[in-house]
This record gives sequence, C-alpha cells and structure tokens, in this order.
Amino acid sequence: MKPSLASRVVLATLAWAAALIMVFPILWMLVTAFKTEGQAIAIPPLLIFTPKLRSFFDATQNAGYLLFALNSVIVSVGATVLAIAIAFPAAYALAFFPGKRTEFTLMWMLSTKMLPAVGVLMPIYLFLKNVHLLDTRLGLVAIDTLMNLPIVVWMLYSFFKDIPHEILEAARVDGVGPRQQMIHLLLPLAGPGVASTALLSVILAWNEAFWSINVTASHAGTLAAYIARFSAPEGLFWAKLSAASVLAVAPILVFGSLTQRRLVRGLTFGAVK
Amino acid sequence: MGGLALGCLGIAAAHATTLTIATVNNPDMLQMQKLSPQFTRETGIKLNWVVLPENTLRQRVTTDIATNSGNFDIVTVGSYEVPIWGKAGWLAPVKNLPASYDAKDLFPTVRKGLSYKGTLYALPFYAESSATYYRKDLFKAAGLAMPAHPTYAEIETFAAKINDPSKGIYGMCLRGLPGWGENMAYFTTLVNTFGGRWFNMKWQPRIDSPAWKKAADFYVNIEKKYGPPNVTSNGFTENLALFSQGKCGMWIDSTVAAGSLWDPKTSKVASEVGMVSAPVAVTPHGAHWLWAWALAMPKTTRHKAADMKFLEWATSKAYLKLVGHTFGWVQVPPGTRISTYSNPDYLKAAPFAEAVKNAILTADPNHPTLKPVPYTGVQFVAIPQFEGIGTEVGQQLAAALAGQKSVDAALAQAQKATARTMKEAGYH
Amino acid sequence: MSQPVSPTMTKAAPSAAPRRQVRTLPLLLPAVVLLLLWSILPLLQTILYSFQHYNLMEPPAAYNGGLNYTYLFTDSSTWTAIWNSVVLVAGVLAASIVFGTIIALLLNNDFPGRNIARLMAIAPFFVMSPVAALIWKNLLLDPVSGLAGWLMTLAGLKPIAWFSVYPMLSIVVIYSWRWIPFATLILLTALQSLDTDQLEAARMDGAKGFARLRYIVLPHLGRPISIVVMLESIFMLSAFAVIYTTTNGGPGDATTTLTYMIFIRALNDFSIGSASAAGVFAIVLANILAFFLIRAVSRTLQA
Repeated sequence: MKPSLASRVVLATLAWAAALIMVFPILWMLVTAFKTEGQAIAIPPLLIFTPKLRSFFDATQNAGYLLFALNSVIVSVGATVLAIAIAFPAAYALAFFPGKRTEFTLMWMLSTKMLPAVGVLMPIYLFLKNVHLLDTRLGLVAIDTLMNLPIVVWMLYSFFKDIPHEILEAARVDGVGPRQQMIHLLLPLAGPGVASTALLSVILAWNEAFWSINVTASHAGTLAAYIARFSAPEGLFWAKLSAASVLAVAPILVFGSLTQRRLVRGLTFGAVK
Repeated sequence: MGGLALGCLGIAAAHATTLTIATVNNPDMLQMQKLSPQFTRETGIKLNWVVLPENTLRQRVTTDIATNSGNFDIVTVGSYEVPIWGKAGWLAPVKNLPASYDAKDLFPTVRKGLSYKGTLYALPFYAESSATYYRKDLFKAAGLAMPAHPTYAEIETFAAKINDPSKGIYGMCLRGLPGWGENMAYFTTLVNTFGGRWFNMKWQPRIDSPAWKKAADFYVNIEKKYGPPNVTSNGFTENLALFSQGKCGMWIDSTVAAGSLWDPKTSKVASEVGMVSAPVAVTPHGAHWLWAWALAMPKTTRHKAADMKFLEWATSKAYLKLVGHTFGWVQVPPGTRISTYSNPDYLKAAPFAEAVKNAILTADPNHPTLKPVPYTGVQFVAIPQFEGIGTEVGQQLAAALAGQKSVDAALAQAQKATARTMKEAGYH
Repeated sequence: MSQPVSPTMTKAAPSAAPRRQVRTLPLLLPAVVLLLLWSILPLLQTILYSFQHYNLMEPPAAYNGGLNYTYLFTDSSTWTAIWNSVVLVAGVLAASIVFGTIIALLLNNDFPGRNIARLMAIAPFFVMSPVAALIWKNLLLDPVSGLAGWLMTLAGLKPIAWFSVYPMLSIVVIYSWRWIPFATLILLTALQSLDTDQLEAARMDGAKGFARLRYIVLPHLGRPISIVVMLESIFMLSAFAVIYTTTNGGPGDATTTLTYMIFIRALNDFSIGSASAAGVFAIVLANILAFFLIRAVSRTLQA
C-alpha cells in the first residue's frame, strides 16, 4: 500500500520548496557576485544580465586571498587532526571503561565551550604574545583545537558506545594492548564516525571568526578575517561583497557538498539506536 | 669605495625590511595600498597590509598596542586616538621631518589635532570637516535657493518641500547608525550648534540639558518626517550610496564624500550636487567637525627609520600628485595640505575645494562649544571613555529614532549611563 | 546474532572489573589537562581583572574591590541582556526544532532529485556567520535596494526597516537560517535509521499517515532533538558575529545579549575590568545552564 500519487507529488513539491527557500540566499549571493555594482543594487532586481567577473577581480586584487584560503585550510585541517588525536584515546577510555566520573567528565568538557570567547580575550592574547604565537597558524590551530575538543570527544564517545564491546574484549584477552586496540580495531570499526566527526570539526574551524580576526595580523588570518575587510567599506559595493563572500564560503561549501552523505549518515551523536 | 660598499649594505638591509601596516578599508586607504608597490620599488621596503573596517581595526590595534605586542609597524589612527595614545606613551613621536616634506604646508588645525602637548604623533593621510550637500535640480524645481550658510530652521522647511517618497526622494538623509563615530559624530555637532555640550567643567554629563532635548527633538522629527526608511542602519557609507543614487534631497555629512559625489563614475547625480557649509542653529561653535585619518608608529615598532620613510611617502605632495595622475585629481586625499587647494589641476577637477578648505580651516576642536568645556574635540570628547559613552548614547538615540523609546526616555537613560561610566572611571 | 552491548554512563557493565585493569588515566590525561588549562587559567586571570579598574586605554590597572560587580548588578541593562540572550537562544531553538523536523521529514521521502534537495537544504550550515549576516543585511533585508523591500513594494506594502523595527526577530531569522540545516542534518540521520520494517508493519496494521507520524516517527526523534537543543544552545550562547555585523546590539539595547554586552565592554569601551566581571557572571550562568541541560540530555540518551 503506497501513498497516493497526488500526496507524493504534494510532498515532493513541499520538499523542493523548502530546499529552495533554504538555499536561496546563497544562490542570490552567487548571482549578485556576477553583476556590476550598479546592477547589484538595481530595483527591480535584475535576473537577466551578462555575467561579469569584474567583482571577483576587485575582491581578490591586493587582498591576498590565496594566503587567507591557505591559512583556512591549514588551520581547519590542523586543528581537526590534532583534536582527533587528543580526543580519540579519551573517548576510548570514556566509552569502554566507564567509571563514576565519566558522566561528570563529559559534562564538564562540554561546559568549557560555554565561556564566551571575548570574556577571555585579554588573558589568551597575552599568553599567545608571551609564547610568540600571535599571528601564527600554530596559535590559531591550538585555539581551534581546544574550541572543538569537547565536541570531538563527545561525538567519538557516542560512536564508540555503539561498537560491540565483545570485539575489543576478545582482543584484550589475547593480550592486545590499548594502543593496538585503538589503531587496529577501533579505528576501522568507527571509521565512518571518525570521518563525520572530522568533517564537523573542519566546518566549525573553518567558520570560526572571532579568534581568527583578533589574534592575527598579516600572516595567519583565515578567510573569516578576509571577509572582514569587505564588511563595512566606505561605499556600498554589493557585487564585490558578494564575490568576496562566494570566495570565502565556496571551498567549504564544495567540501561540504562532496561529503554531505557521509555527514548525514554520521551525525548521530549516538542519538539513534 | 667604502661609501659604495656601505650603500650596498644599506640597500641589502632595506631589502630585508618588511613593514606591517594596519589600515581601514575606505577608498582612500585602498588606493594607498594599490599604489604602494611604487614605494617598494623606490625604497626596497616591503609592505604587509592588514585591512579592516574601522571598528574592527580600532579593536585590533588597541589590543595590540595596549599589550605591547608589536604586531604592527604602522597603524592608521584618527584624531580621537592620537592625543589619548600620545598621552599614554603608545606612539613614537614624528620627528626630524626633512625640509622637502614641507610640514608647514599641512593644515594647522589638522596638525594640531594630531599632536599632544605640542609633539606631533602622526602624519595626516586625509582630513575632513562636515558640510551640507543638496540637489540643485530639486531645489530649482521647488523654487528654493540654498544660502551659503544655512540655518537649521531653513533646512527643515527645505526638507519638507523637497521630500517626495513616492518618487523615492527623501528630503533629509542623516546618519542614524549607532556608534560614536557614526550617528554621534553628526549628532554632537547638532548639540554643539544648539548650544549644548557633553560635560560641564566638573565633568558632569549635561545630556539632560534643554539644548540636548532640542537637538534630539529636531533630529528625530526631521528623520521621521523626511528621512529614508531604515535610518538607524544608515551610516556614512549607506548615506553616500543613497545620495549617489539620487535618493536624498539633502545630506549633512563628511566633506570627504564630495570626491565621489562629484565623480560621474560613482554618482548618478554628479552634475546636480551642491555643497554649502554645515547648518547652524544657535551658535556656529562646533557646528562642523574636524577629523583626520593619519599614519602613526607604535612605540613597539622595530623599524622606525623605514616607518618614517613610508609615513613621509604616503603623506607627501608627491603622493598626492601620484594619485592625481593615476586615479584622477578628484580622487586625491583631501584636507591635509594647503598647497592642494592652490593646485590648478585639483581646483579644476574639484569644484568643492574651496568649501572644504574653509570648513577645515574654521573647525576648532579647542573651542567646540558655546559654553566652556574641559575637553577638546568637536564631534567627540578626547577621553578614553568616550568610545563607550558615545556608542551607548548613540544606541539610545537610535532607539528613539526607531520609535522604541521616547526622546525623553532615551536622553534620561543616556544621561544615567554616562554619569555611571564617568563615576566608574573615577572622574568624580 | 549478539546484541551490541551498550554500557550506559552510570551503570557499569558486568565485566567492569577486568576492564578497570586498563589504565585509563594516561588516555584521558591529554584531553583533560588541555581543557583544564584552556578553561581554568584564563578564567583565573579574568577573575583577577574583574576586581580591577582596568581600562586598556588608560593603564595601569588598579584594584577597585567589588565595584565592577556592584555596577554590573545594579545596571538594568544587565538583566535586559540576559533576557535578550534567552529570547535569542529560545527563538533559534524553536525555529530549528520545528522547521528542522518538518524539512527532515519532507527530505526523508523518496522523490526525484532528493540528494540535490538535501544538499540545498543543508548548505546554509556551511556558510560562516559574518557572511550570512552580510547577505541578509544587504542583499535581502535592505529596505531600499534589498529583495524583501522590493517584494513588499510589489505587494503594495511599505518596505520595512527590519533591523530597526524588528531587530531581535531579524537576528533570530538569520541565526535560524544557519542552524535549521544543522537540526535538519541530525534529524534526517535519525529518520534514516528508523526501522523501515517497523513502519511497514504499522502501515499493514492500517495506521494512517498522520498516526504513523504521531506514534512512531516523532517519538523516535526525541533523542536527536535533545542533541540539537544542547549543541545549538552551546553555540548560540556565545553567538556574536551576526549581531556585530548587523545591529551592533541596538537599536538601544534591543539586541544586546550577555555575550554581546561583554564584547561591547571589552572591545568598544576597552573596560577590561567590567567586561571581566560580566564574563565571570556569564560563565557562572552558563555552567548552571550546562548542568541542567547536559543532565537532561544525558538522561534522554540513557532512556
């Protein structure tokens, strides 16, 4: 007994409508990026026009786009690799050897994410200055790692909980140590989970704006710092702004699209059983 | 021989120097960035740029300088920061300018504004005052004539007559975007000319005085009746865009806008713009402001000699000429050098030159108000607390403008908050 | 086939005794120590600052007793800011749950181009907040040249200045646009794991579409929704980029949240002392909230 054709058509239309509404602002930004400045603010809005690449030229000229993009890649990947490397053993311990303090540990880790970054800007800034990490990629990697660590621990923990304990148990009886267990058993078993954790971590680090602007100068700024220079210029340049926005979000958007299915499958947070 | 070797060494050392410059993302500064390869060619000094919007830049640079972090070799600062930072000892004084630089050619009001206790701490990149822009065609059509020195009463009647929202024309565009450097820059000149002041000689806030009330009533009333929608989102940038698209009948704002309003490439109404002095209500004191964007060296800089080279280059007569040849004379950074205003190329390209010159020459940051005040600055109060106070009061005014609060409630709240901040800061 | 053993956080599994032989401390230590340093050291420094009159523009700092706290608690704008935070978080959460569920349900059906539609619905999550704010503020909501204004004129209405007339609503809309996709993503995952056999059985029993939704699908979403609530609360409590780019906390204090208030004190007023006092207060509040939130969530996770 299948739903009637009519109701399927209605549901499909609604689904497409919802999807189009959500993506519309992004599409509109993309369209505007190919307009001239005059066309960008024209009312009624232009839908048919000759696309121009001028705005992209304006948005990259003298702006050092490639350095910002490279920094974004290095910082988000670096922070993700580091966070997973630190979180993996912790999540392993929490998931397979729960103790009295396990719940508290997890709660506490998440609660560290609640302190507003700006409240601790000065101490962190002074610290980075003293260890000479201001305006370095390493400094940003460290910050983003610590920002994402609680979420990464938590996600890995929930994936690990879904893995049958017998397998690790058997290995342990055979005298396989924790390190081998993690590398040779857990990593392959929890592969999809680790992958989607990594994806989320990359996205969060890529989009982090506050620290990226406030602890960098001319060397380590990510694309979030790049977009800042267009955010309140003296003069309304919507086409240039759109082009810069496209350039700032395109890499992560493409990356996200390619990995979207993995994300959909992976982001369970152990919530689905 | 030895001299030659030394010279080579000097060049080699210069080649190794890279300066990091923090600046704002406005058109004049972006021009400077575009032209800077020329400087590198001339001197061998490389430049790294950090370009941010005004507020973000100020946060970034203040954090850096206050913690002696030394991330920047040259910073872009305004008339507000220079005396405060000079006093705090954060800036290296600008000394030993060569005769060829001709420091006497700088506008004296501007130079004074960039000094603290007689020591110069920054070189002006461009300077501005405020003025009234209007549309000659609309005035003609309505049978009106704009006097050279309008009063606020006249301005209000003009606004009523040329306001025509059905045709997309708003009688009066003003800054409504909250911020000490946005709506409060304009509004402070309005308070000044209505005879008000921020503080009395005992540093007590006077926001609860009748002059403030009159100014606020005028401001809210004229914008509600004849202003564009969304006034509280409109700062300098937005109003510039509105006027350039022909949507404003009048606009009172920075003289720096003239360059783009008269330029047909950026303005639809280039042939119809008129410019007269900023309006006056009760007193001419502080009716138009004075502001300069300038380049300075934090005392933490490691390359003072190279910094000085860049500062001199970017604020020199030769630089102005370079801009004139590259981008056209109308684009030349205005307001810094008297000689610009006798340059025939500039005068030909910039019909507004005389008005700008007079506005800058007559703005007096040392006597900004009718009654005596303990502070300097026309559209700001040169104390560290003013950023906070100005922005808070600016928000209250925006709330009144958006209709979320009455003018009285907004001013009462502003007075209270300001009194608190001053007490917190230990003024009384 | 053996059931996966999923030990809960509090109940130790039967074989707990041999398990404890593995030394977990070295495994946990790097994460715990790093997070401790990251959260405690700056906090201590912040607490120290909070007892000082310390304006960045007016060094040096000087001890001023609890004056920063006195000012904080006697200032009515503190309470306004807390209320604004609540409205913002609750608004975005409500929108995320309602629309996230609806969109996830719609996208879970089989229809032509489903994968592309999914991608489109999730795309806003990849857009960084400053960019999201810039698109909405200018291209969409600007009353003079924006799309919304034009649409309203077409409908014969007067364009609305969204950020001055409905400032908080505008902020909530922008953040919701970014976070509904996150909820959609998680809820969609949950729906896909829903046993199709179970649904088929219900269908055989003659359960109508709505009843199936009400009694089988929605209860299944309880857990993922609690995850959404927890994670989005964490991110929204520290949200500031959109406010910074659009309203700057105004008009008045209409969109000044607690986080934004701290931001203004620290980086507009440069009053590190009072910003630190507000920061300490925010951390206390956040931890109280975290306690209840995480407790509630971990309870549903164990259920």
